[in-house]
Amino acid sequence: MKPHPFDYVRADTLEEAAHILAEHGDAARVLAGGQSLLAMLNLRLLEPTILINITRIAGLGDIREIDGKVEVGAAVTQNRLLAWPGLKKKLPLLACALPNVGHFQTRNKGTVCGSIAHADPSSEIPLSLAMLGGEVVLRSHAGTRVVPVGEFQLGMLTTTRRPDEFITAVRFPVQATPRVAFREVGRRQGDFAIVAVGAVAEGNKITLGVGGMAGRPAVREYFVDSDFADVLNALAWELGGYEDIHASSAMRRDMLRRMAPIVIEEALRCTA
Amino acid sequence: MSAVLGTSTLRKEDPALLSGRGRYADDLPVPVNALQAHVIRSPHAHADIVRIDTAKALALPGVWAVITGEDVKKLSDPFLIALKAPVNQWSLAVGRVRYVGEAVVLVVAENRYLAEDAADLVHIVYRELPSVLDPRKAREASAPVLHEDAKTNEVSVREFHYGDTKGAFARADRHVKLTTEYPRLSYTPMECYVVIAQYDPTDGSYDVLANFQGPFSTHPVMARAVRVPGTKFRVRIPPDSGGSFGIKLSVFPYMVLMAIAARITGRPVKWVEDRVEHLVAASSGPNRITEIEAAVTKDGRILGLKLDQLEDYGAFLRAPMPGPLYRMHGSVTGAYDIANVDVTNRVVLTNKMPASLIRGFGGPQLYHAIERLVHRIAVELSLDPLDVVKRNLIPAAKFPYKTAAGSLYDSGDYLKAVEIATSDGRLDALKKRREAARAAGRYYGIGFAAIVEPGMSNMGYLSTLLTPDSREKAGPKNGAVSMVTVNVDPLGAVSVTADATVQGQGHETVISQIVADQLGLKPDDINVVLEMDTGKDQWSIAAGTYSCRFTPGTAVAAHMAAGQIRDKLAAITAKQLNTLPDDIELKNGKIGSRRNPDNAIPFGRAAGTAHWSPVMLPEGMAPSLRETAVWSPPELEPPSHDDRINTSLTYGFVFDMCGIEIDPVSYQVRVDRYVSLHDAGKILNPMLAKGQMLGSFAQGIAAALYEEFVYDDTGAFLSGTFADYLVPTASEIPRVELLHMESPSPFTPLGAKGLAEGNCMSVPACIANAVADALGVKDVSTPVTPRRIHAMLAQPEPPPPTTAASAEAKASPNPEGGRNLQGRGYFELPAAPSAVWRSLLDPQSLKSVIPGCHELQRLDDNEYRALVSLGVGPVRGKFEATVALRDLVTEKSGRIAGALTGPLGGASGSGNLRLEESGTGTRIDYDYAVTATGKVVSIGGRLLDAATAVIIRQFFERLARQVNPQASLSASPATRWQRLMKFLRSRVRGSA
Repeated sequence: MKPHPFDYVRADTLEEAAHILAEHGDAARVLAGGQSLLAMLNLRLLEPTILINITRIAGLGDIREIDGKVEVGAAVTQNRLLAWPGLKKKLPLLACALPNVGHFQTRNKGTVCGSIAHADPSSEIPLSLAMLGGEVVLRSHAGTRVVPVGEFQLGMLTTTRRPDEFITAVRFPVQATPRVAFREVGRRQGDFAIVAVGAVAEGNKITLGVGGMAGRPAVREYFVDSDFADVLNALAWELGGYEDIHASSAMRRDMLRRMAPIVIEEALRCTA
Repeated sequence: MSAVLGTSTLRKEDPALLSGRGRYADDLPVPVNALQAHVIRSPHAHADIVRIDTAKALALPGVWAVITGEDVKKLSDPFLIALKAPVNQWSLAVGRVRYVGEAVVLVVAENRYLAEDAADLVHIVYRELPSVLDPRKAREASAPVLHEDAKTNEVSVREFHYGDTKGAFARADRHVKLTTEYPRLSYTPMECYVVIAQYDPTDGSYDVLANFQGPFSTHPVMARAVRVPGTKFRVRIPPDSGGSFGIKLSVFPYMVLMAIAARITGRPVKWVEDRVEHLVAASSGPNRITEIEAAVTKDGRILGLKLDQLEDYGAFLRAPMPGPLYRMHGSVTGAYDIANVDVTNRVVLTNKMPASLIRGFGGPQLYHAIERLVHRIAVELSLDPLDVVKRNLIPAAKFPYKTAAGSLYDSGDYLKAVEIATSDGRLDALKKRREAARAAGRYYGIGFAAIVEPGMSNMGYLSTLLTPDSREKAGPKNGAVSMVTVNVDPLGAVSVTADATVQGQGHETVISQIVADQLGLKPDDINVVLEMDTGKDQWSIAAGTYSCRFTPGTAVAAHMAAGQIRDKLAAITAKQLNTLPDDIELKNGKIGSRRNPDNAIPFGRAAGTAHWSPVMLPEGMAPSLRETAVWSPPELEPPSHDDRINTSLTYGFVFDMCGIEIDPVSYQVRVDRYVSLHDAGKILNPMLAKGQMLGSFAQGIAAALYEEFVYDDTGAFLSGTFADYLVPTASEIPRVELLHMESPSPFTPLGAKGLAEGNCMSVPACIANAVADALGVKDVSTPVTPRRIHAMLAQPEPPPPTTAASAEAKASPNPEGGRNLQGRGYFELPAAPSAVWRSLLDPQSLKSVIPGCHELQRLDDNEYRALVSLGVGPVRGKFEATVALRDLVTEKSGRIAGALTGPLGGASGSGNLRLEESGTGTRIDYDYAVTATGKVVSIGGRLLDAATAVIIRQFFERLARQVNPQASLSASPATRWQRLMKFLRSRVRGSA
């Protein structure tokens, strides 16, 4: 459990990070919280030749509200976002989802953008970003581009980030409704979700988000008067559900059918 | 006089441990020239080692040695085992690997990083062999045999008959039968194995520091392996331990391995086990299948019992295996008064990691069978389970009670214990809660478990494995020797060394309480030094900390040694004070006359006399104050001619009762209430006892609900990280109500019994009984995971929205969670079948189609060797691949068979392709079955299913680009019903 040799650079500016990344491309890895990256390095699942620490770059530690969106910089840890005073009002879905992300100790190090970049199919933050229709801000030596979340995560651990790009921020649209709910089933507190379900109720519509079933979060919108038994059964079969030692595909489908109505109900009941 | 023994004296150990001053093995200084070692492990469950190429690794600067099984074989002999069978194990695999994780090569370098870099350069060629994982199949004649010289995997079968079981079954009203299966699990200490070995070529001796826990019966095994007398294999054990739970016995093969490495390199060698290696290969309890049957009267009285126990020890039978099968042998009838019992014990070997000690040591396996059976008797006879328990418990009047198989239960009142636990409305509350839950349509169950907890093993128990004739030839084995030395220095300062190894239980504290009481001092006055050095300290084969031997063993020896010091001081002081030794008492740091308290001298002055003034000592008394006491209780006799054996000295009792509910969404078992009553005789320190009970309870919950080592059918190990091997945290452990009673043991001077393993034995059985009650099922395997609950409920799944879709539904081939990856689907490629076919058959084109292929070498027609870099997202592994195209029907169909090997592990499998012309090009239907093994499976199991699908998709995407560079893959593997769903989802907008 010792990594391959690699170089380490702590970038001071966005330009410097972009420049190094342009030079090394896929052989480089961006380091922020390191909660997935370091474990993977130690297990020798990755063999980068250079790590670029971006956490000291000015501005990346900021949480800002711009144009109806909350922009979270790449150095912001999950616990910092959780402690952000505006969270409950502006992003009630994240206020519900974030406590499920790993453990207190990992949230102290793990970053919000790192979770988006890592793109684990069970992760709560990519699911929340997908449900809220957020954006990912990518930076390269050529400039900045903003990718809508639906076009960012392709599947398990796979995104449209190009080798010379790194995430500088993600943007969550400020929620117009406080009517949200989030639940997940894991074997233990803090485990990877076997199935995660979030719901946002707005007007006569419900936005349902499902994680843990397929390669990336699934988001669907339903009218509140839908026949949920039918639509959830259809969704369960459509997503199929992974197979692993903790849950069979059939069990994941079953959990989705049982859990989603509860979460939808919770979101609809929410008033404050 | 007893003042502090029996009170909750605070732990002497804690100030150091809580302020970061613990001295753990990895913290201790190493010689400046020490090298670091890294073990390369087998990715295969069963394979011949064809070739090991070490040249590239050795060429790496800083690498000192690359050691293989052949090197080890030259310098050592196979480890001695309890059975006379040719099951030879060295510290590295010799010629063949027999389980995933088996140590194959040791790389020794200047640091661990370099050693791991070098390990990636060692090229090992294996020839895979069929493996056997299921212990039932392993017994069959057609099964692959692990150790060919042994001719069979069932290396030991012994039948035992006590009383008239046949008669009992003939006269019984009913026979009740059950098959129970107990899984593989371990209790993972926070600290993994650490070994620092040195070799002195001047006298050919080894000095090995390791966090070894004993039993020291393993010391001769190590010394014999490296062909030296015991005195030349000095073992030192650090003063602090990061947990043990039985696991730290199995560091011993690595102690030998590092000793050999130190000899080969001429330098000290240090090795620290990492967590992946620990989970894959450190140790596991054996899994057991028990066929158990009771002959019962219609009111539930058990007249006779039959057990057929098939225990799976994995690939080797390491000393002291098969302990779990025999340590409980005398207690095979548990807490029940059953005179007639037949037992068949079978030891079988399979392609899993070798089993060894873990907390509970055979108890959980046995009680799972007995306690499930007792519940089952109640169900089948329509009786209350608690009534069946009570009807069969050994009555208080029968103690000391000789069990059918030979144990001598020292003391107890089991019925009273049950009465205490179930009274005060505890049971009534559970029943009310069950009634309410069931009325609301929820699954709620109540379980009980009544178990006897042995303390301090008879060193002769394992010889029950041999026939009486072979035992006679070998000579009797019995007893359990404990030794403690108490030393008093010239100023009267007291120090103690003992034959126990530290694991965190608080032994220093208890020894200081015992010795303080004997000498009239305070526990703080007693300095207890438990770091062990076999070169200097007192020890015998029973030494170490395991099987609850401290309280009935070492604690008694401490009491005796301190008593000898007390007697000596009394005699010295009596002479000085001109009185009789009988009149002397040691109290409050003074030694003086009982009758005349003014006639006393300070403790230190009396002690000084023994050192400074031999002339003043009573006639014949040796000077100085150092006493070693040896304790070996007479009750621990060798096995009798008719195979009866008193397996342990003390026998505590635990009665558990719980209510559980099944969560309707997560299928998790939620423990609603848990009550556990303990009778462990006299309690030496209630606070420490409670700590042991809570720890044991937590590990009982772990075994009942969470922890399991999972292998797939081929022997791949699937639970190599804490994301898959689930150790419960504080959040998962329910509250337990602990109750106590005290039936002092008449067989130890302190009246105290072992108590640290009881809940490990009772909790899995109690919860399994509650689950059986909740679901109304007969067979409950532990851990009772959501996956198992889901399977037991077996509710039919609502069909997919259209009938067409059902054919596409993904099968769940292995409800127990195997990792044989399989799937099917299709892609549409923008080219004619002929073009697609050409691309598949042309080596140049195939090279660009295979994901990450950087080299393709033709071996034969349509057969290639390739170097590939495969992965998902950022994860990349380098593999050597063989690819063969088979069963080719031109432009119609074919099969791709292949295998991968690399540092991350290996995979093999095949996929069938069927080509069909479609409107826009070619439609390829495919199905595949892949088995994967090695590190990537052990640590990445959660993502494996998806990763396989991703890699297959990469293959087809590349194929699409190859056949038509302008086009991308035009169709996704969407199924027909998915397209239908798009239509049905007219009310729905969304992504993904």
